Amino acid sequence: MIEIYLLVIAMLAAAIVAIEIKDLLASAVSMGIVGFSVAIMFILVQAPDLAIVQIVVEILTVVFFAATILRTTHTDTTIQKGIQREGIFPVIAFFIFGTLVTVLAIYALKDLPRFGMPIMKVAEHYIVHGLNQTGATNIVAAIILDYRGYDTFGEAVVLFTSVLGVLTILRVKGRK
Amino acid sequence: MKGMSVIVKTISRILAGFIFLYGSYIILHGHLTPGGGFAGGVIIAASFILLVLSFGAAEIKEKSSYTFSSIFESLGGLMFLILALLGLFAGTFFFTNIISKGAPLKLLSAGIIPLANIAIGMKVGAGLLSIFLALAASHYIMKE
Amino acid sequence: MIPFIGCILLIVIGLYGIITKRNLIKIAIGFCMVEYGVNLLFAFIGFKKDALAPIITSPNSPLNFVDPIPQALVLTAIVIGLGTTAVMLSLIIRIYQKYKTLDINEIRKLKG
Repeated sequence: MIEIYLLVIAMLAAAIVAIEIKDLLASAVSMGIVGFSVAIMFILVQAPDLAIVQIVVEILTVVFFAATILRTTHTDTTIQKGIQREGIFPVIAFFIFGTLVTVLAIYALKDLPRFGMPIMKVAEHYIVHGLNQTGATNIVAAIILDYRGYDTFGEAVVLFTSVLGVLTILRVKGRK
Repeated sequence: MKGMSVIVKTISRILAGFIFLYGSYIILHGHLTPGGGFAGGVIIAASFILLVLSFGAAEIKEKSSYTFSSIFESLGGLMFLILALLGLFAGTFFFTNIISKGAPLKLLSAGIIPLANIAIGMKVGAGLLSIFLALAASHYIMKE
Repeated sequence: MIPFIGCILLIVIGLYGIITKRNLIKIAIGFCMVEYGVNLLFAFIGFKKDALAPIITSPNSPLNFVDPIPQALVLTAIVIGLGTTAVMLSLIIRIYQKYKTLDINEIRKLKG
């Protein structure tokens, strides 16, 4: 259990660095540290499917950010010393929203089951009957492609839409 | 984006094939071991991205890579939809697993799940590859 | 309880980046942080002590597994997150080509 606590602390530190540092490329790399700690935590909570996907997706995310930064600019010019007048309102807004989110989240966490002992009423059916009903030994694959295939189909549509969006936004010449 | 040195080019030329092979393994064994269409598709896209990064985007002179990746993505989506509709044609529900389940713990088992994994893998891999080409290299490829 | 609070803190840090930062790439990184926090929270909710990953290794093995449903939900969400991030980044590239800056205040002053 101690390793999860250490990874959570490392993840939060890397997240603060990624938000605050001046060099944008270093910021993208710190975001990579956050993603890889998330992947290691997925392994520790016994989710190897998620860990594989998270590692490769994190590599691609950092590559995408690096490609964008190389095509735009390296330094964050908005960071200045001292307090700006126009910077006060976002900070006040963050304090209101951040406090609201934290309080509501802690209020909601009270109703969750404790860490390490989930309520598995629906999952019990999938685990017991999954092998007979679908024939797949990987129960996560059985759920995403058989029991909840419609969900995966919607995901495929969303991915297709985002590819279309990127290709349309970055087209060099408009179509006549 | 220029190409890198000869050492990087040689090593990535050797490695890209093995990475592609590993992605195919992850996709085909998705119903038995951890992995599946999503992870394998992203790994396959990563093998092509390694080649583009090491050889430089200027090497891709034609728009054919766009055409290929869009064809593969559409094929993957269509294949997944047809697999889902097979259940309706057989007289049952959308997404019914109508092909025989086979013996458990064998490669050829679990009905439509391996086929759906292949479709998802094609779709995710081709889609992410075309996103990368557009983000990193569109000013080289799409000049005309 | 403490791992859940860690996820909530990651979400709040992402929110801080989205609201207070004026650089567009920092805002995109804030969105990524929120997404990681939510994914991690889902995976933590499904964790069961002394249980195995939900993969059957032999037909007669004991069925002591962690909850597979949050894992199945998060698996699709991770890939969708990559797609939405790519759309954000392509918009950022276009904005930079038009205004030559990533500062949102400058962009607002330049009127577009």
